[in-house]
Amino acid sequence: MLSRTASNLYWMGRYLERADFTARLIEATQRLAALPSSYGGATNAWESALASTWMTQSFAERGLPINEANVADFLTLDTSNSSSIRSCIETARANGRSVRTALSAPAWEAINTAWLEVSRWGPHLQNRDELEPMLELIKLSASAFEGAAQRTMLRANAFWFIFLGSAVERADNSARLLDVKYHLLLPRGESVGGSLDYFQWTTILRTVSAMTAYRWVYRDSVKPWLVADLLVLSRKIPRSLASCYEEIRRILDLLAAESGKRGPAHRLAAAGHARLSHTSIDKVFEEGLHEFLTSFIVENNKLGDAIAKQYLF
Amino acid sequence: MAGGDTYDEMLGSVSAYANAAGPLFGNAETINHAYRWIREWLDHSPPEVMAARRRQAELFFRRIGITFAVYGDPDATERLIPFDIVPRILERAEWTKLEKGLVQRVNALNAFLADIYGKREILAAGILPEPLVLQNAAYCLHMAGRQPPGGIWTHIAGIDLVRTGPDQFYVLEDNARTPSGVSYMLENREVMLKLLPELFEHVKVAPVDTYPEMLLETLASVSPRGDRAPVIVLLTPGRHNSAFYEHSFLADKLGIELVEGSDLFVRDDKVFMRTTEGPEQVDVIYRRLDDEYLDPLVFNPGSMLGVPGLMAAYAAGNVTLTNAVGTGIADDKAIYSYMPEIVRFYTGEEPILQNVPTWRCREPEALGYVLDHLAELVVKEVDGSGGYGMLIGPHAPQATLAAFAAKLKAAPEKFIAQPTLALSTCPTAIDAGIAPRHVDLRPFVLSGRDGVKIVPGGLTRVAMTPGSLVVNSSQGGGTKDTWVVDDWDAE
Repeated sequence: MLSRTASNLYWMGRYLERADFTARLIEATQRLAALPSSYGGATNAWESALASTWMTQSFAERGLPINEANVADFLTLDTSNSSSIRSCIETARANGRSVRTALSAPAWEAINTAWLEVSRWGPHLQNRDELEPMLELIKLSASAFEGAAQRTMLRANAFWFIFLGSAVERADNSARLLDVKYHLLLPRGESVGGSLDYFQWTTILRTVSAMTAYRWVYRDSVKPWLVADLLVLSRKIPRSLASCYEEIRRILDLLAAESGKRGPAHRLAAAGHARLSHTSIDKVFEEGLHEFLTSFIVENNKLGDAIAKQYLF
Repeated sequence: MAGGDTYDEMLGSVSAYANAAGPLFGNAETINHAYRWIREWLDHSPPEVMAARRRQAELFFRRIGITFAVYGDPDATERLIPFDIVPRILERAEWTKLEKGLVQRVNALNAFLADIYGKREILAAGILPEPLVLQNAAYCLHMAGRQPPGGIWTHIAGIDLVRTGPDQFYVLEDNARTPSGVSYMLENREVMLKLLPELFEHVKVAPVDTYPEMLLETLASVSPRGDRAPVIVLLTPGRHNSAFYEHSFLADKLGIELVEGSDLFVRDDKVFMRTTEGPEQVDVIYRRLDDEYLDPLVFNPGSMLGVPGLMAAYAAGNVTLTNAVGTGIADDKAIYSYMPEIVRFYTGEEPILQNVPTWRCREPEALGYVLDHLAELVVKEVDGSGGYGMLIGPHAPQATLAAFAAKLKAAPEKFIAQPTLALSTCPTAIDAGIAPRHVDLRPFVLSGRDGVKIVPGGLTRVAMTPGSLVVNSSQGGGTKDTWVVDDWDAE
């Protein structure tokens, strides 16, 4: 496979994943911001949303007040923000188009349809009403593409590179989401100051669509250390760091099986996977959740670089 | 009596709607501060926008699959409950007072149930006539002398409240058995958040989505075993039950198994569920099945819905049933009429929430009054529920009144009568615009070992037919999202 093709597919996977994550993040933030302040209805909910997407700096450059209208506009429609939902879909579609033959027709049509819809969006959000159908569309499009790819694509390099991109991006998103709220996620036994933080924890769960999953996994009320456990170590939800690394490792092994070559990306993925497998959430808290997540994000970036290098993107 | 003097929660009086000229409500003053944003929104939403919202809301509910069945109606096995997109609002101060009253009342209910199945002090004190309790069909002899874990009987109560004025709230029913409707409370909010996010921007509404968490804690707190995380299940009569959606919804939100009777069995007085990994012992059963179907060995022998031996396991203290068996007696409407005395007896306090004045037809004097004033009163069966089998005097034709009078004379002890209350109204979206419709409120009160907890608000039911006072979903009533409002924008 051409390196350029692999690179396009990998980045298409990443951008689609990012668009989906951003849509969920906006929804969960809206909900949090709507709460009365007595429930921790944080005025800084939108600051957190920016921080989770690592956009605090580039948003500040615009000199606009941090509120729902401005942040939602910035995260969805802003053409100058390369990670806005619109930019993500445009980039993903451009990537897909330049390697059109590597995609099955249904997979291509799913992403092209999403792009057609997005290209009808106006330059700015006119009112709040517009937002909900936009976010619905993005979530639906991500599912449609993934479903089409799963059902119709050959199990070969093209397929693996797309989902390798998704998994690397997903790991990054989950880690950032947690890191923004790390100070609210306390280890077992530490006093949690009433239930004021309850809605912060459930916002994390909602962002990764794991509110109900949480209960099925733990059969317990929402506890901060278990929220961390679910998103970091649990193999049961697809957006946990552990699940992402299992996926990354599996895909890299499949790529190696085809080419017969292993490289630094394989070593990094195996190391990351091992780190997540041979620890417990108590140990993570001992080390410091923030430190753990920061180092994870750095290592995950290194893995991304290693993949690019190894496959000559 | 639903006439011009009816209290409207937004405008103070229903007559304000009739006098409206110009924008939707003309010069009518909004009496409740928290309603100002709602009024603003209604004033600025043209009919076609409102119509589009209503269609969108219906679509949401269809997609979620939140339906219920009406018994005896073959065409309606999956019907939507009408949802009104105009929220019903309570200010925090109003709610705080209601909350206190609800906690007091549910504490009294639990103490009452513990007492009549225990020492019977209230009967010894002569507060209630002994026959009314001990000869009551809803008094469960099997429970006499028993106490469920933590001494809690009605873990989940759905107290129906109605309002007739700014400060006049009355309890209509206590629903201490198996109250339903909480899934509507939760889904109504979800739909509103999606449908009208702009409203939530200005009005800060107390969240209700903590309910599953609180329910789970309540259920876990009454587990008979302290040595491990309890295994909790929800027992449903099955998918043909009218509230099956709610059963599956709650089981999912709580992360517990939704079981039918045949999924459970009893061995050595312990309850187990059949799983792919073999039998798993069950500690708490949140049952949405009436007492009489629970155990064919003790109650209705023909019941295929229950679990043989369940009551033996219950008696041995190896499993907790929520709500406890025998709580139905607290729903008896003749017992209800004694609630002010019951509250005073067990709490030593004056009741915060008022009872509707009630004539007990079992008392000859009361019966005489009821028969003379039948056309003004509401008459209910003491063990009725769901709005079935009741008479609303002012709305009944002469022949119905006569037939009901005959029923009353034949078995007076089966009935109680109450004045027709002028239930408050709330602005409601109808095809022709916005109109006042009568509402009630059902807050869901949870009692566990760690005390009594209530999610702010509850389920508001609304009579969709003009002038109708019947809010029951089985009789065509609808629901609204209920907002307890903490603060709002000054502008």
